[in-house]
Amino acid sequence: MAAKVAFEDVEVGTELPAQSFPVDRATLVRYAGASGDFNPIHWNEKFAVEVGLPDVIAHGMFTMAEAARVVTDWTGDPAAVVEYGVRFTKPVVVPNDGTGALIEVSGKVAALLDGNRVRVDLTATSAGQKVLGMSRAVVQLS
Amino acid sequence: MALDQSFVGRTYPPTSAYEVGREKIREFAEAVGDGNPAYTDREAAKALGHPDVIAPPTFVFAITFKAAGLVIEDPQLGLDYSRVVHGDQKFAYTRPVRAGDRLSVTSTIEAIRSMAGNDILDIRGEVRDESGEHVVTAWTKLVARAAEEA
Repeated sequence: MAAKVAFEDVEVGTELPAQSFPVDRATLVRYAGASGDFNPIHWNEKFAVEVGLPDVIAHGMFTMAEAARVVTDWTGDPAAVVEYGVRFTKPVVVPNDGTGALIEVSGKVAALLDGNRVRVDLTATSAGQKVLGMSRAVVQLS
Repeated sequence: MALDQSFVGRTYPPTSAYEVGREKIREFAEAVGDGNPAYTDREAAKALGHPDVIAPPTFVFAITFKAAGLVIEDPQLGLDYSRVVHGDQKFAYTRPVRAGDRLSVTSTIEAIRSMAGNDILDIRGEVRDESGEHVVTAWTKLVARAAEEA
């Protein structure tokens, strides 16, 4: 474990560098293959609409993976993430318009814990909607 | 129809080992656009103190969710998967998943609740390596939407 961020350098309110993650249909097809989640709501518009969705939506786990990057890019060592949880509150709608969607993620230190650990709270939005709730990571700093 | 509460606490047999491949980790990292060298470069991973390349934090979901299929497809439980959405997901790591791991998952039904006609199912997946050491626990909350809303 070798996080490049030291516990003594952070305080409650310290902001992690925010990032934006573009997602289009090709991203979702690639993620489906890599993750093994071939649910057609993530690539078949007709199917998605038939089950009541506005359009194809991103895999919730794709959004969770992108949000984690704000933490792992901050610590350098991904193993610094010792706990990570999210609630899937709203889908990320991915239109087939050549642009797709954007997932915007920010994070800040919400609590200092024992053993040089901190709790980071993440905020993820797409098209102005909060797409993750209770998005929290416990992070081992050095 | 509400799910049978007597399934709470039920533990399913451990899955046969899933061998974590270096190229599968690379494929996953590329699919989420993550260029962290700890996922693809053994020397970079070693410099961080890992014996081999490690997997991104959410990589293990593919393994635990497949294992949860024992629960989801249990005919006695009778979950209607066509109406299921993923509610919450949480992981607690003892160590990161890494290339060469042979991982087995034991799934347990932690809770079953009914709320406004929706069935809410909490599944815990304990992931252990070949020597039986704990690697990560995954908690997955599935929500089966009420039939009349489908």
